[in-house]
Amino acid sequence: MKRVYAREEFCAGCKLCEVHCAVAHSEYPDDIIKAFLKQKVKPTPRVLVEENQPISFALQCRHCDDAPCTKACISGAMQKDPLTGVVINDESRCVGCWTCILVCPFGAVQRDAGGHKVASKCDLCSTNGGLPVCVQNCPNDALVFTDELWGR
Amino acid sequence: MDYVIVGNSAAGIGAVEGIRSLDKAGRITLFSDEPYHTYSRPLISYYLFGKVTEDKMYYRPPDFYERLDVTARLGTRVNSLSTAEKELVLESGEKVGFERLLLATGGKPIVPPMPGRDLEGVFTFLKWDDVKALEKTLYPGVRTVVIGAGLIGLKATEALCHRGAEVAVVELANRVLSAILDEGAAGLVQESLAERGVRFFLENTVAEILGADGRVKGVRLQDGTELPCERLVIAIGVSPNTSLAQGTEVAVNRGILVDEFLATNVAGIFAAGDVAEGYDFLFRQRRVLPILPNAYKQGFSAGVNMAGGTESHRGGFAMNSIGFFDLPMITAGIVKPESSEFRELIHTDAAKRVYKKIVLREGKIVGFIALNAIDRAGILTGLMEKEIDVTPFQEHLLRENFGYLHFPKEYRQQELWKGVLKRERA
Repeated sequence: MKRVYAREEFCAGCKLCEVHCAVAHSEYPDDIIKAFLKQKVKPTPRVLVEENQPISFALQCRHCDDAPCTKACISGAMQKDPLTGVVINDESRCVGCWTCILVCPFGAVQRDAGGHKVASKCDLCSTNGGLPVCVQNCPNDALVFTDELWGR
Repeated sequence: MDYVIVGNSAAGIGAVEGIRSLDKAGRITLFSDEPYHTYSRPLISYYLFGKVTEDKMYYRPPDFYERLDVTARLGTRVNSLSTAEKELVLESGEKVGFERLLLATGGKPIVPPMPGRDLEGVFTFLKWDDVKALEKTLYPGVRTVVIGAGLIGLKATEALCHRGAEVAVVELANRVLSAILDEGAAGLVQESLAERGVRFFLENTVAEILGADGRVKGVRLQDGTELPCERLVIAIGVSPNTSLAQGTEVAVNRGILVDEFLATNVAGIFAAGDVAEGYDFLFRQRRVLPILPNAYKQGFSAGVNMAGGTESHRGGFAMNSIGFFDLPMITAGIVKPESSEFRELIHTDAAKRVYKKIVLREGKIVGFIALNAIDRAGILTGLMEKEIDVTPFQEHLLRENFGYLHFPKEYRQQELWKGVLKRERA
């Protein structure tokens, strides 16, 4: 399956991926101003930039083949779509027990700051059907969406 | 192939999914003595708290059995097992043959033979029916004693407190959550629950349950203290429910003994979940690991192996994510080592109720506590599972921003580019 990969040598650490991700998953997915000003709680990005200059890179759910979060989930909310391979958290069933945080080796599941206490993670923008917004908006093409072999 | 599964919780469901990952045609029959569609046992405290409604208790969607072509015989008790005949005998006397059997019968609450345990108002806290029964009898101010300050006892305490009960907790150990926390962390958790009005009686236990007219009216502790109460919750612990294996050729220690393929010593018979005693690779011995992630994983691997695959489950270790009111914690492995071969790294901020501890052995992480600082804790779990030597970056482990950034570049890229990174040299 296609996943998002970060080329850390091209990452400028600007965190625009975080901004666009937060907006796309907010109550105002098409309006960056409203997303940050009108929503009661600041929207949570589902991608995290790790940074300690000169190194920086974006990291989000790897949608593991053998996803430990889906196996550990106590409510059955975290499931891997058998057709697309995308790991999705059904927020209506999530109880915020954070067992996914306990088992995710990438630290890619976050607690939603939105007050409804559910696990928040990358869904590969699967509802928009196209390129994930973090990849679309990376100004230096540090993020790639691919399933092909890459050289170093 | 004829598969029979006894048990309808995480291990049983994992086995169904494991079998169906390889065998779409075999006949699967699943038995449960409870009448419910598969539900999540850890959610019962959330149910009592009121965070989860009845329709959200289910572990899999309503069409689960139909979709995976499982004959679910719910509310049907299995009485005995004959390994020679390869059949089960149901409570009704009906006999059910099998080619592959999974025993996923879970655990049962430990109830010591103390006087008064049959009084009205005394409850255990393991099944949905337990909390449904308890819930009906609650009212504001009801005085409740909880025996046991473990995971189940404190989750029950949290929910009862939220429902307006006055709760006192009695615990034999010197601290709460002694299986997953050391003294430093346990003190902070106890303090936060005490602020909600919970009273604790540590290094103490209930000697006698007091009653009048068939109802509980209090408890007398070992040290003579008497606590009046109208409700009593026994949450001392859970022991493997091995009754089907007892008296058969299936080898049982504390739990049903299984190998790395979840097979018992009898061909065709497997066990998984809270009833099984598998390998713990941190303690380097066989142990019962009664936690949901372990149950599901063991069940899934058992299912694959029952269907003719070979999925080795090299063993697990204890790991828990739990929280009480606004205080979350994640812990794993050995949290309170007793010998000098271990090293401990500790960071505390008592004012913020933050406590972080990492336990190392031979350069590898073998345990940690992350209290009120749980974000990205799974990175530590991952390093434990992969048995990575963390010596090159151990000074960063306790940092708030600890992450892949601190890994050696080659290891980082290998993990983050898994599947698509072309190696320079084969």
